[in-house]
Amino acid sequence: MKSKLVILVVAVVAILFVFTAAYVVDETEQVVVTQFGKVVGKPKAEPGLYFKIPFIQNATYFPKNLLEWDGDPGQVPTLDKTYIWVDAFARWRIIDPITFFQTVNNTLSAQGRLDDIIDPAVRNLITENKLIETVRKSNRELDTYEIGLEDIKERQSYRIVTGREKIAKQILEQARPKLAKFGIELVDVKIKRINYVEQVRDSVYGRMIAERKQIAEKFRSEGKGEARKILGEKERDLKRITSEAYKIAQEIKGKADAESTKLYANAYGVDPDFYSFAKTLEIYSDALGKDSSLVLSTDSEFFKYLKGYSGNP
Amino acid sequence: MNWDWEKLKKQQDGKEGGMVPPKMEDLVEKFKKFKLPGGPLLILLFALIFFGSSTFYTVAVDEVGVVQRFGKYVRITQPGLNFKLPSGIEKVTKVKVRRVYKEEFGFRSLRTEDTSRRTLAGGENTNVALMLTGDLNVALVPWIVQYRIKDPYNFLFKVRDIRKLLIDMSEAAMRLVVGDRSINEVISKREEIAVEAREVLQAEMDNADSGINIVTIEMKKTNVPEPVQPSFNEVNQATQEKEKMIYQAKEDYNKAIPTARGEAERTIKAAEGYSLDRVNRAKGDASRFKALYTEYAKAKDITKRRLYLETLKDLLPKLGDKYIIDSDQKNVLPLLNLGKQKGEK
Repeated sequence: MKSKLVILVVAVVAILFVFTAAYVVDETEQVVVTQFGKVVGKPKAEPGLYFKIPFIQNATYFPKNLLEWDGDPGQVPTLDKTYIWVDAFARWRIIDPITFFQTVNNTLSAQGRLDDIIDPAVRNLITENKLIETVRKSNRELDTYEIGLEDIKERQSYRIVTGREKIAKQILEQARPKLAKFGIELVDVKIKRINYVEQVRDSVYGRMIAERKQIAEKFRSEGKGEARKILGEKERDLKRITSEAYKIAQEIKGKADAESTKLYANAYGVDPDFYSFAKTLEIYSDALGKDSSLVLSTDSEFFKYLKGYSGNP
Repeated sequence: MNWDWEKLKKQQDGKEGGMVPPKMEDLVEKFKKFKLPGGPLLILLFALIFFGSSTFYTVAVDEVGVVQRFGKYVRITQPGLNFKLPSGIEKVTKVKVRRVYKEEFGFRSLRTEDTSRRTLAGGENTNVALMLTGDLNVALVPWIVQYRIKDPYNFLFKVRDIRKLLIDMSEAAMRLVVGDRSINEVISKREEIAVEAREVLQAEMDNADSGINIVTIEMKKTNVPEPVQPSFNEVNQATQEKEKMIYQAKEDYNKAIPTARGEAERTIKAAEGYSLDRVNRAKGDASRFKALYTEYAKAKDITKRRLYLETLKDLLPKLGDKYIIDSDQKNVLPLLNLGKQKGEK
């Protein structure tokens, strides 16, 4: 019984010892072992089971995976003096846990360091560039309304020299070496949001509205112009059609007149005197009627017999 | 203390035979006797159950199990019943690899009950959607990202807050793409933007070894900010008005021109009629004259007289007042009131 108890005690102590000596490093972690505050050996970056001297040595865990940094959005003026809200974020990891441990101690205070270094870098590069550089990434041809928006055309003709991607890269290049001495590798910095500040936004809205109104007016007057054009076409076509018809009609009539003239001339030419005699008689009976008064002398051919008959008039 | 307890036990053993012990004590003793050999067994049993139960686990159809031994990744297990070493040694994390996850940006979907999602995706909803376009206008761009876990190992171990990464990256990618589009393109070419944003986002997620596969980016209705919307509608209206005016003018044209064409035809036909009339009449007149003349030529004088008289015969009765004046009467005019008839009328 006694020996059994001893074994039990020993076992308990041994287990306790093992538990305090052993530690597990997860896939996402790395561990720095310290002995009375002094770093012992290399950091344990590989996951698995490790042992240390209990109570004397201490294991401090650091994340090994990718960590995030989210900057405070702030107002920054661009090179062309437009105030914009810039919200950036970055990703980083601890590549040298010992240096990290010695200089910043933990990830919370690391955030502070990152703030101190990345925020100014973001500001620097935004103020050094025009707004359009921070918004666009290439000189891609934009598809705007094709009608005369001259001010847009003007802006379009501006060539992007850096562009957003390059600016982000430059921020990274500026901040990265400063963070290296903390055992931090800055993986990348991205601009999450860029927006106009409120006052600027209102005036931008105003501009957008004016621009649209201008386009709307353009469309309206285009419509009017088009309608007028069609109206003109209508008038022209009307004149053309009627005049062409008149022309053809006159030609036809002329031809007919000519032909009839020819016919008459041929027929009456045989004896013009007789024609005029016959025609005159015809006209008499057509032209004179009830309303006509006739004053005739007895000299006339018709009434000469009224005065008296003479064998030889 | 132990040996004291042993002695006591011996004493009790000795006592048992002689004395009639109180019932209570006897019972306690019996109980103790029963428990003593059973105690370690029970503990062992509990331990066995505890460890045993942690040696198997089920993986659901839409997930896989990622097993870590002392923190180190060892294997991925497929759906079904699986075994592992007891807890403390091996740990399993289940990852839903077949499920499609969804993140919404810049709008509130009514069905989602998960509020934390949207507060993370953007506290101020409109600000998430508010973007600068390439022509420095402001657009409202809401969208959805659908993603799947492609590589559970990377998904679990490579990035600390993977959802935050996804959300931040989605915003950055979308703004990068929209920043290179004009406001008109943002409104009319949503599909194109979604495709490009997906590519950019996938590249970034791969870059970070996130193990996430972006299934699709779906654009919701893109628009201009509310204060500007009426003016955009006005442009649409103006386009309609333009069309309308053109159609009206065309209508006018179509009303007038065919009528005019008909009228022209009529004029021409009338002229043709005139022509026929004229020529026929001429022909008729000519024939008549010729016929008359043929006869006249045979007896000129008599025919002339006859024609003259016949005409007068027809004519005279038709005439109104007739005055016959002697040829010797010289001054006749004062007697006549030539204007009489006109005056009476």
